[in-house]
Amino acid sequence: MTNLKSRFANSFYHIEENRGMVVVQARKEHFLSLMKSLRDDPAFGFDVLMNLTGVDFLGKKETRFEMVYILLSSKTLSRIRVKVALAEDEHALSVIAIWKGANWPEREVYDLMGIYFDGHPLMERLIMPEGYIGHPLRKDFPIQGLGEDYLVESILRPVKNQAAPANQEEPTGNR
Amino acid sequence: MSEQLQTPEPLDEKTQNELRDYALYSVLRDSVSDVEDLPDGLMRLNLGPSHPATHGILQNILDVDGETIVRARPVIGYVHRTFEKLGERYTYNQFLTCTDRMNYISPPMNNVAWTTVVEEILDIKAPQRAQVVRTIINELSRIADHIICNGILGVDVGGYTGFLYVYHFREQVYNILEKMCGARLTTTFTRIGGLEMDIYPDFVKDVKAFLKDYPKILKDFNTLLIHNRIFIDRCKGVGPISAKDALAWGYTGPNLRAAGVPMDLRKDAPYLVYDKVDFEIPVGYDGSVYDRFLVRIEEMEQSMRIIQQCIDNIPEGPWAIDDYHVTMPPKEKVYTSMEELIYHFKLVMHGIKVPAGEYYSAVEVANGELGFYVVSDGTEKPHRVQVRRPCFWYYQSYPELVENGLISDAVAVMSSLNVIAGELDG
Amino acid sequence: MGIERHLGQSFMATSISQVVGWARKYSLWPLPFATACCSIEFMSTMTSDFDIARFGAERPSFSPRQADLMLVLGTITYKMAPVMWKAYQTMAEPKWVICVGACASTGGMFDTYAVLQGIDRVIPVDMYVPGCPPRPEMILDALVKLQQKISKESINDPKYRDRVEYLNNALAPLSEPVANVKG
Repeated sequence: MTNLKSRFANSFYHIEENRGMVVVQARKEHFLSLMKSLRDDPAFGFDVLMNLTGVDFLGKKETRFEMVYILLSSKTLSRIRVKVALAEDEHALSVIAIWKGANWPEREVYDLMGIYFDGHPLMERLIMPEGYIGHPLRKDFPIQGLGEDYLVESILRPVKNQAAPANQEEPTGNR
Repeated sequence: MSEQLQTPEPLDEKTQNELRDYALYSVLRDSVSDVEDLPDGLMRLNLGPSHPATHGILQNILDVDGETIVRARPVIGYVHRTFEKLGERYTYNQFLTCTDRMNYISPPMNNVAWTTVVEEILDIKAPQRAQVVRTIINELSRIADHIICNGILGVDVGGYTGFLYVYHFREQVYNILEKMCGARLTTTFTRIGGLEMDIYPDFVKDVKAFLKDYPKILKDFNTLLIHNRIFIDRCKGVGPISAKDALAWGYTGPNLRAAGVPMDLRKDAPYLVYDKVDFEIPVGYDGSVYDRFLVRIEEMEQSMRIIQQCIDNIPEGPWAIDDYHVTMPPKEKVYTSMEELIYHFKLVMHGIKVPAGEYYSAVEVANGELGFYVVSDGTEKPHRVQVRRPCFWYYQSYPELVENGLISDAVAVMSSLNVIAGELDG
Repeated sequence: MGIERHLGQSFMATSISQVVGWARKYSLWPLPFATACCSIEFMSTMTSDFDIARFGAERPSFSPRQADLMLVLGTITYKMAPVMWKAYQTMAEPKWVICVGACASTGGMFDTYAVLQGIDRVIPVDMYVPGCPPRPEMILDALVKLQQKISKESINDPKYRDRVEYLNNALAPLSEPVANVKG
């Protein structure tokens, strides 16, 4: 931990130790170089990205979102948590060039929280269907949804008999 | 003045039926076909989402050149059941019901995972009796999970018989769980602070009977598959991954151990009673389908070893801690004494108050590391629960694993990875 | 659709219905549309301990064309609903649907933005099996009750004559989006 403090004094806001895990509140400016050194530098050697997630603090903190990265070193088996605060429309930086495993988790955070990652090769929705409107895990999105019938509109009623003769009674418009 | 509308002649029955079928089956004409030709000479083959490899609904869009896969693109999200959003709506004990449904092949392990994490946040320790029983049930579920994974791998490459042999022992595990808590699959049998209720009188006898009968059938299953020429040809060297790549992708669990990295949370960061029992972790060579199969078989043997050491040494004592801020008081006291009634009311109506802060902890389930990142704001409901699901992290490497393989390898690799759609969140 | 059209209007329709019903009910080949936890209980039903094959459901077919009975097992999300609908439409007549579990019947414990609240909004259902997940004996019970229902079906049943009207009546009524429901 003292190593981190001395080496990267300008890349983070503060470091603390919380329940046995070192937590780094990083700045966004030198974020990528910080992560790269955390992986490559032999003093740290965090070669596994264990978890990547976003948290929405609507109303509770000034910056709305926070990205959380949990890294693990396969040699020393120690873990570290790196957090980055993001404002509402700010883009995050993708760490996919450093750890391949950040591919889908970043897409999932984009899909469910709406945080866009710069530098990701395929920033598309992963879990929600194509054409879905909204980012469900945000705090202002109701759990029951905003009415998702538009996703299955074409199958909610059977296909009307388009070539039916005019004298036959058609079922009244149920679509 | 009204015009007389000209009514056409009524059609005969045959034409009417034909028109009706035409309209009804129009869906099959309008939709995109499952096989199409791409401009660069490849063929796009759609595997899924509803397909016979009964691992849940996963879709893979394969671009093939003849029989060789050039590109693969998995599409997920078909069974997204919004556990993370539900975590914000439920209290800490109510979220246990969600954990059951995540990895539905071995639900007790998820229950144990969540309660272990919340107990670490609250800084309490369940009594020793609960710890030992949780370990036994944990390992029984691990055996059940590996039975399905290996059995279904056998089914997918063509050997159905072995699956039927070992499935009977999954039913034995179900019988034990049902006698214990009433449910076969969605057990929800641990609570924060201990267990839901004490073990039933014949528990030790039943588990010992399982330990006596299962090794013979496992040996039969192994005889059917391990040295079977066809199985070896289908599985050896298929879908390999190096240790460095596996770590970069975020692999955990048997898939990582098959690639050669001996990481196991039961040894690295012991929880429950894993630091007091003697067991080994099997490690493979090249991370191929065959290695994963063998690693899981050996893990089943080690799990039985752990259960054997625990089953004779279940300590006497309470099955949940005495702190009624966290566990429910016994019913006799609730009916007779005022304080316990109030504790009961507070626990049911409001829940357990967890101090504010953020916490991440993980546990080794059958697939790897299941972690929970919990952000609490001091109330009874979490502010955010994020589930670090092992399947999600290793399934994203699927395109790399099947590149330049055959179409039949696509199925074998998917089976051996043990991807469970409910846990993948779709 | 074959036998209804050719022999439906004959004077022996009732006896033919009985024979046809007997043949159909004892040879229902299921299409296990396996999505989530209920599919594991179906696996238990299929294997030797509970054995669905002794009721005639010998060959689980994953190809809709060759199946008679669609067992919807598990949660159906909005993303999966068109796939399920297409599988249902691809099945050849006669076909029946058993909806297994709470999630498929009504959305279950997942009253959320991603889950279809009941498959009967999209396909017509013949049997509902409650439970989360239901025991294998309950799935077998549903199969037996469906067999009794099939044996009483007439080959002049309106659903074989006018499919569009049958689907219009058999599906759940179109409802307002939940966000608009007041009170």
